[in-house]
Amino acid sequence: MKSWMPFEWIAAIRFLREGRMQSLLIIVGVGVGVAVIVFMSALLSGLQANLVKRTLSSQAHIVLLPPEEIARPQSPAAGIALRLQKQAQRLRSIDQWQQIQARLEGLPNIAAISPMASGPAFVVRGDANKAITLLGIDPVRYSGVIALPERMVAGQLRVGAGEAVIGIELAKDLGADIGDKIRVTTAGDATETFTVTGLFDLGNKGVNARNVYVSLRSAQSLLDLVGGVSSIDISLHDIDEAERLASKIAAETGLTADSWIKTNAQFVTALTSQRVSSNVIRFFIGLSVAFGIASVLVVSVIQRAREIGILRAMGASQGQMLRIFLLQGGIVGFFGSLLGSGLAWTFLMLWRLMARNPDGTPMFIIGVDPWLVAIAAGGASLVGILAALLPARRAARLDPVVAIRG
Amino acid sequence: MADPVTHPVLQLSGIRKSYGSGETETEILHGIDLRLERGEFAALIGPSGSGKSTLLNLIGLLDRPSGGQLFIDGQETGQLDDTGLTRLRGQRIGFVFQHHHLIPAFTALENVAMPLLVARGRPDADMFAQAGRLLDQVGLAERKQNLANQLSGGQQQRVAIARALAMSPSLVLADEPTGNLDTHSADDVFALLREVNTRLNTTFLIVTHDRRLAARCDRIIEMVDGDIVADDRVHDKLPA
Repeated sequence: MKSWMPFEWIAAIRFLREGRMQSLLIIVGVGVGVAVIVFMSALLSGLQANLVKRTLSSQAHIVLLPPEEIARPQSPAAGIALRLQKQAQRLRSIDQWQQIQARLEGLPNIAAISPMASGPAFVVRGDANKAITLLGIDPVRYSGVIALPERMVAGQLRVGAGEAVIGIELAKDLGADIGDKIRVTTAGDATETFTVTGLFDLGNKGVNARNVYVSLRSAQSLLDLVGGVSSIDISLHDIDEAERLASKIAAETGLTADSWIKTNAQFVTALTSQRVSSNVIRFFIGLSVAFGIASVLVVSVIQRAREIGILRAMGASQGQMLRIFLLQGGIVGFFGSLLGSGLAWTFLMLWRLMARNPDGTPMFIIGVDPWLVAIAAGGASLVGILAALLPARRAARLDPVVAIRG
Repeated sequence: MADPVTHPVLQLSGIRKSYGSGETETEILHGIDLRLERGEFAALIGPSGSGKSTLLNLIGLLDRPSGGQLFIDGQETGQLDDTGLTRLRGQRIGFVFQHHHLIPAFTALENVAMPLLVARGRPDADMFAQAGRLLDQVGLAERKQNLANQLSGGQQQRVAIARALAMSPSLVLADEPTGNLDTHSADDVFALLREVNTRLNTTFLIVTHDRRLAARCDRIIEMVDGDIVADDRVHDKLPA
């Protein structure tokens, strides 16, 4: 008997140890439930993080664009029905973009800001002629928004004067490689010849076939945006804040601010509904674990009626009896959660071995977050105590006279 | 706290107990008066259904009377709430039951120390020393570390007696303490009760069916149909 342990703990542990088979079975039952919850949570959060990461690898968290141009009728004559034709949106610069950029830099949660001049163009090499998106960037700033340097597969991310970085698909279409020349023509008939200095793979075939990165200055002159930028890309520390921050920036600057949450609305909805359904599953697993614990303890209270009666006759209070059974629930929950976390960890290791890409690299990385284990342990102990509430109250209210007579 | 020397260990006046209510109300005890002095060794006898067990439960503060007054060591118990009754029961009354009711998950030593553990909340060396001494006294020095269900019936009942004495109670209530034992063990257990009574001057009230056993007590209280019909002092050990 450990001298630091209160009476209730000693009795709870002894009772559980005495009913060894019952205790073991219910701990395994709790363990399986916890394992499913932990495994599912780890798998889901790994999967979702991976999907979000892939989705955001080629797009900014918030994109600022100039406000849309709207046609306004001049003093409409009374009685004449107006039919307004929507105005075609031309490529324009963001007004006062340097000031806006400076102001954004003062906001919290902003990881990087990258002004950009982009627009449609054609690229010509030999007989090949492809429609592209020309993106004029400051490579250092742009790398803060999109991890382009990590995605380079050949050459380097260098966009000095007359230098361009293109995607692997476009390189294939054009038959171009590092050091080859390509000619870029815009709708305004401006033309410039670039040397390919690097090839990238952003994991998206469309992007790899379309994006051509050049220096901001080259793009500005080709797109007739001298000194201007057509958009500002922003990346955030906390991507979940994107929509809120976008509305705030839009309200402050009058610009159009599109967050990734809005531009990928369907994707985000899918993620959310996935989370909701997994929460529902978790809730019901928790519920069935709780019922399992409760039913075992109800039986235990009936089996131990005499012992409860004798303890009460010896002067044990109702509160002491209540705590003995609450503790049993808590202990079962706690040890079940440890077992479950161990099982979940094993499942995840197996999953990591089996779910692999064709090239042998892990399909996606899932780790067991120590917090998840701690939450599972705390949660399962709490569920155990709550589940024990009913049987414990029964034990506490047992009439010692009846209990002793058996 | 009342002084146990000047007060009787137990005093009942007009104790009634009835079950049910309205037309189905049945009175089991019809106004019991009883007084037990310190050091008395009394037997409570009577046929089944005479109210012996009901009376014992009331005296043991396991149940509340429907009427009348019950004093333990001079303390009136009618005003106490459940917590107060539980505390008084733990401190002043020891129980020995027919079915020993040891807790099988604990060793003999731990079972004897259990009332002290319940009262103090945490184990300490002193309570185990005391439990050890009690087990020595009931002749089970060698069995201290045995689990309760590894002992014979007679040995278990000895452990139960040692446990009843753990809190040095004023009153030990024994409900058919030898009812479940063979004659030899029964004699041993009875002799042990008697020895404790003589040595520690602890008051005993023993419910029994066994007239032979009752005859060896100092006082025989007989109940029939919820009333005390006879109260005889067998030995003139105590002043009337």
